[in-house]
Amino acid sequence: MSQASTEIIRISGHAGSVPGEGLNREFRVCKLVDTTTCIGCKACEVACLEWNGYSFSETTFDNSYQTMPETAWNYWNLIKFNEHEREDGTMQLLMRKDQCMHCADPGCLAACPADGAIVQYANGIVDFQEDHCIGCGYCMTGCPFNIPKFSPTARKVFKCTLCNDRVSQGLEPACIKACPTGCLHFGTKIEMVELAETRAEQLRENSGFPDAGVYDPPGVGGTHVIYVLHDAKNPQFYGGLPKDPHVPISVRLWKGPLKWIGNLAMVAGIVGLAAHYLRFGPKKEETIPPDENGRRP
Amino acid sequence: MSTQAAPQVRAGERDEELVVRYSLGERVNHWIGALTYIYLMMTGLAFWSPYLFWLAIVVGGGPIARFWHPWVGLAFSASLFWTFGEWRRDMQVDDDDRAWAKAMPDYIENRDDKLPPQGRFNFGQKLFFWGMFYSVILLLLSGFSLWYTEALPWSLRYLRYLAILIHASVAMITIGLFLIHVYMSTILEEGSFGSMIHGTVTRAWAWTFHRKWYEQVKNNAQPGR
Repeated sequence: MSQASTEIIRISGHAGSVPGEGLNREFRVCKLVDTTTCIGCKACEVACLEWNGYSFSETTFDNSYQTMPETAWNYWNLIKFNEHEREDGTMQLLMRKDQCMHCADPGCLAACPADGAIVQYANGIVDFQEDHCIGCGYCMTGCPFNIPKFSPTARKVFKCTLCNDRVSQGLEPACIKACPTGCLHFGTKIEMVELAETRAEQLRENSGFPDAGVYDPPGVGGTHVIYVLHDAKNPQFYGGLPKDPHVPISVRLWKGPLKWIGNLAMVAGIVGLAAHYLRFGPKKEETIPPDENGRRP
Repeated sequence: MSTQAAPQVRAGERDEELVVRYSLGERVNHWIGALTYIYLMMTGLAFWSPYLFWLAIVVGGGPIARFWHPWVGLAFSASLFWTFGEWRRDMQVDDDDRAWAKAMPDYIENRDDKLPPQGRFNFGQKLFFWGMFYSVILLLLSGFSLWYTEALPWSLRYLRYLAILIHASVAMITIGLFLIHVYMSTILEEGSFGSMIHGTVTRAWAWTFHRKWYEQVKNNAQPGR
C-alpha cells in the first residue's frame, strides 16, 4: 500500500512522540444500521428517492407497514417490517432497512460479463456503471441478497450506490442524513464495527437481548453495510436476511473451473481438427466399380 | 440421359452424374440455422469471457447482443425443429449405425471402405443432429430463465443457479459439435459443402459415403454440370 510507506510508526533516537503516529489510515467506509433503534419512519426511503432523483413508486399493501415486497430498480432503500412471535409468546416488530450490502467479495461483480459495468472502490463501495451495463441480469443471479433489479425501460440493472457521489465529496449517504433516531451511522469500517459491537454488548448485558450481535457476514468477505440485530442468531427473522450468505457455488463454478475447461476444450478441439487434417487428409470420393458386364451399375 | 443399357465405363473414370441430396427448402433452412447459430455463438462467447467480449462489439455492442441473443435463439430453435420434422426418419439409428459406431476409428482414420454401408446420413451425422436437438431443448429451457431472470422468483433462485451452469455447459457442447461439423463438411469431406449450396452430389460421392442411400437414388441421376 503506497500510503503505508508514508506512515511512520517508530523513529530511532527520537525525543518525544512520533509525528503522525496513530493517524486513522482506514479508508474503508461503512454504514451501520442499528435495527434496535429503528422506528420504521421511512425517512431513509424518502431521502434515498430524493437524492437519487426517483419519484415515489406505487405502494403495495400486504397487511404490513412495508412499502412494497422488495426493493425495486428505482426504489433502492426499503424498510422490511416483520412481526415476529418469540418463544415466550410475546410479539416483536422487527424493522430492517434493506439495501445493497456492498460486499467485500461481491457476487454481482463476479457474475457480470460486461467490461466496467460494476466496479468496487477502495473504500468498499460496489457501484454499477449503467453506461457499461448490457442488461443481462447475471448480477441478479450472483447477488446473495436479492438486491440488483432490472429496469425494463432502461434495459439495465440498478441498485443502491451507498451514495458514492456524496461519499466521494466527504458527505454521508442521504439515508444517514435523514434518520431521526440515530439508528443509522456512517464512518470507517473499523469505527462502525466498534460502535456496533459496543451497542450489541449493551443490548446483551443491559437490555435483555442475550443473542444481540453484529451482522457482518464473513461468507462474502464482510460487508460495508452492517447491522446490529436483537437476535443475531436468526437474521432470517428480519425479512429474509440470509444467515450465512455466499456467492452462489454455481456462479463460482461457472466463472472458475467451467470457464477454463471450456476454453481448453475449444482450443484443443480446433488444434485437434487441424492435426486430424494434417495426419489423415481429406476424404475423397471413389469411383464406382463397373458391374460384371463392365457397365455402370 | 436416356439409355436402354448403361454405357461402358473404364476403370478410374469419374461418374459425374448428379443426384439430389438436399432440396431448396432444406438448404435455405440449413443456412438460416447456420447464420443464427454463428450469431448465437459469437454473442454467447462474448458473455462467456471478457477476452471475447469484442465478438459482441462487432455485431453491434453488448446491449444489442443481449437484446437479440434470445430472439435469435428462438429462430435457431425453430430452424432446428423444422429440420427435426423433415429429417427425423432419416436420422433413426439402425443396426448398420451401431456397427458403424464400433468401426468409428476406421472412419476417423479415413479407411471408409471398411465401414458398414450408411443411409442418407451416417451415424456421425446422426450423433451431430441428435446432439444439437437435445442441446437446443436444454438451451431453450435454461435460456428462458436467463432471458427473464426475475420471472423466477427469489424463492426459486436455485433454478437460476442451475440455468447458468446448464446454459454454459451445453453451449460448449454445441460449439464442439459445430466445430466438427464445419471441419468435416467444408475441408474434410470433398463434395459435402457443395451439396449444401447446389443441393446435389455425384453418384460416386453417394456410392462412396452413403452406400445404402446410393441404392435408393442411383436411378434418379441427372446429367452433371
